[in-house]
Amino acid sequence: MTETEQAPKPAAPHQTTAPAAARGPQVDELTGAQALVRSLELVGAEVVFGIPGGAILPAYDPLYDSEGVRHILVRHEQGAGHAAEGYAMVTGKVGVCMATSGPGATNLVTPIADAYMDSVPIVAITGQVGSASIGTDAFQEADITGITMPITKHNFLVRRPEDIPGAIKAAFHIAATGRPGPVLVDITKDALQATAPFAMPDEVDLPGYRPVTRPHHKQVKEAAKLILAAERPVLYIGGGVIKSGASALVRRLAELGNIPAVTTLTALGALPDSHPLNMGMPGMHGTVAAVGALQRSDLLITLGARFDDRVTGKLSSFAPEAKVIHADIDPAEISKNRAADVPIVGDVSEVLTQLLELLAEHRDELPDTAAWVEQLQDVQRRYPTGFEEPSDGMLSPQAVIKRIGELSGPEAYYVAGVGQHQMWSAHFLPFEKPGHWLNSGGLGTMGYGVPAAMGAKVGAPDQLVWCVDGDGCFQMTNQELVTCALEGIPVKIAVINNQSLGMVRQWQTLFYNSRYSNTDLKTNRVPDFQKLAEAMGCIGLRAEHPDEVDPVIEKALSINDRPVVVEFVVHKDAMVWPMVAAGTSNDEIQVARDMAPDWDGETL
Amino acid sequence: MTGPTTGITRSHTLSVLVENKPGVLARVAGLFSRRGFNIDSLAVGPTEHPDVSRITLSANVVDETLEQLTKQLNKLIEVIKIVELEPGAARRELILVKVRTTAADRGQVLEIIQIFGGKAVDITHDTITIEAVGSPDKLEALLRLLEPYGVKELVQSGLVAIGRGSRSITDRSPRSERPKAMRLV
Repeated sequence: MTETEQAPKPAAPHQTTAPAAARGPQVDELTGAQALVRSLELVGAEVVFGIPGGAILPAYDPLYDSEGVRHILVRHEQGAGHAAEGYAMVTGKVGVCMATSGPGATNLVTPIADAYMDSVPIVAITGQVGSASIGTDAFQEADITGITMPITKHNFLVRRPEDIPGAIKAAFHIAATGRPGPVLVDITKDALQATAPFAMPDEVDLPGYRPVTRPHHKQVKEAAKLILAAERPVLYIGGGVIKSGASALVRRLAELGNIPAVTTLTALGALPDSHPLNMGMPGMHGTVAAVGALQRSDLLITLGARFDDRVTGKLSSFAPEAKVIHADIDPAEISKNRAADVPIVGDVSEVLTQLLELLAEHRDELPDTAAWVEQLQDVQRRYPTGFEEPSDGMLSPQAVIKRIGELSGPEAYYVAGVGQHQMWSAHFLPFEKPGHWLNSGGLGTMGYGVPAAMGAKVGAPDQLVWCVDGDGCFQMTNQELVTCALEGIPVKIAVINNQSLGMVRQWQTLFYNSRYSNTDLKTNRVPDFQKLAEAMGCIGLRAEHPDEVDPVIEKALSINDRPVVVEFVVHKDAMVWPMVAAGTSNDEIQVARDMAPDWDGETL
Repeated sequence: MTGPTTGITRSHTLSVLVENKPGVLARVAGLFSRRGFNIDSLAVGPTEHPDVSRITLSANVVDETLEQLTKQLNKLIEVIKIVELEPGAARRELILVKVRTTAADRGQVLEIIQIFGGKAVDITHDTITIEAVGSPDKLEALLRLLEPYGVKELVQSGLVAIGRGSRSITDRSPRSERPKAMRLV
């Protein structure tokens, strides 16, 4: 990817920031590359994760001089993309990644798809072959705008230097507003090299883009009516609540109406785990209380959630008695999977502000939900997410993750890969604050963890950032620890090593007669994670026995000048429970293998 | 509690105004295939505004699918406006069809063409090539009548359609219609 397709040219005659003096006032004649860097500075981009290569090379020359934009040289473009996501999640700003044409650009496809599924605002900037070569199968040519069309909110192919500032401004605007998402800007090499007078448009010109943020008041009134009439309401809180910064409002609504809530995988922390009305995470590996709450509810107050199949299970039997209020900023999510009785298009914060006003006026008419809440809290008490310690003295992965959370506290940022360790993290880490939990929810991207943690730490350099990773995930993207070590990004990585692709293995145990086809990674000192960490410039630690767990976590917490990798060698047969098997009804939830919860005989 | 795919299908005609930019048709077509929407016909061409193209598409779908299709189309940044045309709108397709004829039955075929307001664009000793414009129903009827003679080759345009009355869906230029351009943060 770092190959150049031609010998590097001598520095362009137009020097970096020297304005073309003879021109009119304030109009600088810039190369497209200079225009790109200045545009990034003007839209407030502070960090770019990327790797140079032939087609994007002109952009890297002025980037070298930029004082406003820090470039972090990653080791693989996928890492750049996930780092941009992590940065965006933690800062609330648009994350930026950069790559060259062809393989550089295609390596960004996975993180772009990931950002699309989880609505993360990132802008990907890619170099493209010269416009005269487009379509000729030129060296390192790939139709990246075509490739990313279905996984971006929008993308641009820019062929002229004068179009670069407008495209960058529009890209940042589209990425950050409405339902956030990834935007790709592909710029031809000749557009980066040619010059044009620099002009950043004052306004973005997008006649077809008008995201609705203010909800229709009539719809909010209808929602209030349903809430006043409900007996078993549930707040179904999705990741949109965190994106919208609506956590405090959600909490007020829950407390005002004494309404129990469930927080989806992407919404953990939107309402504190410790809040008595929070029944936990719903879905395939959700808590019994959360799944039961949805199934028995007569009104789902859905906020920034999308009825994902991992939440609903078999759709036709999902929450069969419930009416649905569905508030989302993306109209296409409403009634996509489950028909809404009251659709509300708008920013969740604005919806909640209006709804709270209306309900406050009718405070006396709010239904008494005490018995309903008590029923659910009883289930919650009887079926906490627990685990059994292995009898052979090996480490329990759940206990390790729980201890990391207890010793690090809810102020820390937690990032996970995908699989069993992700679900255990969701169950056992302390989620008390919104936006402190980063994971790949929609796309389920193994390898997300390390680079996303890197981006998170860059976005919040003074905060503790833990990545809880699996041995499978870690081996996909761990090379970014080199970047972390060299760039001064001291993340902490816990590798939960069960020597297998644990979640797939769990399915093989349950559904394929324990035939472990190709899930045994044999990660027993090959690789040696401790040595691997040291080789990458990190501190490597390891725990194999229960009495080693606390000391290594404390040791990791005491190191702040370098990245730390802690390997926890854990029992490989541990499973994630509860579980709703894929394609079955939420009513079939099992708290452990072949064990259905006892709903206490009542029609809860 | 309704699943999104219950109900009966109906034929719908949508007029979609899009920015006249490269790749916009690929975005629209890609969206249909990716989301599994089956489209009966799609036609695209310029409008009276040089910056705006108009896509006419017809689809035989249930109402929920139409709603989802419309919403997904609206999410495309370059889609400016979507209008579902009323049942009474003028809908036209163009066909060019090469029909086998002999000296004996050429007269009958010409008579059919005349009734349908078509034209013979080319005649050889054993074929007639016919041009006809009309609603999908009318052209279907024409083809049924031509079938017995032997259709050697058929080419058909996508459906284009326009609402009746004096109003235009592009009346107010989408540029002046849009609220003030959004300022960046």
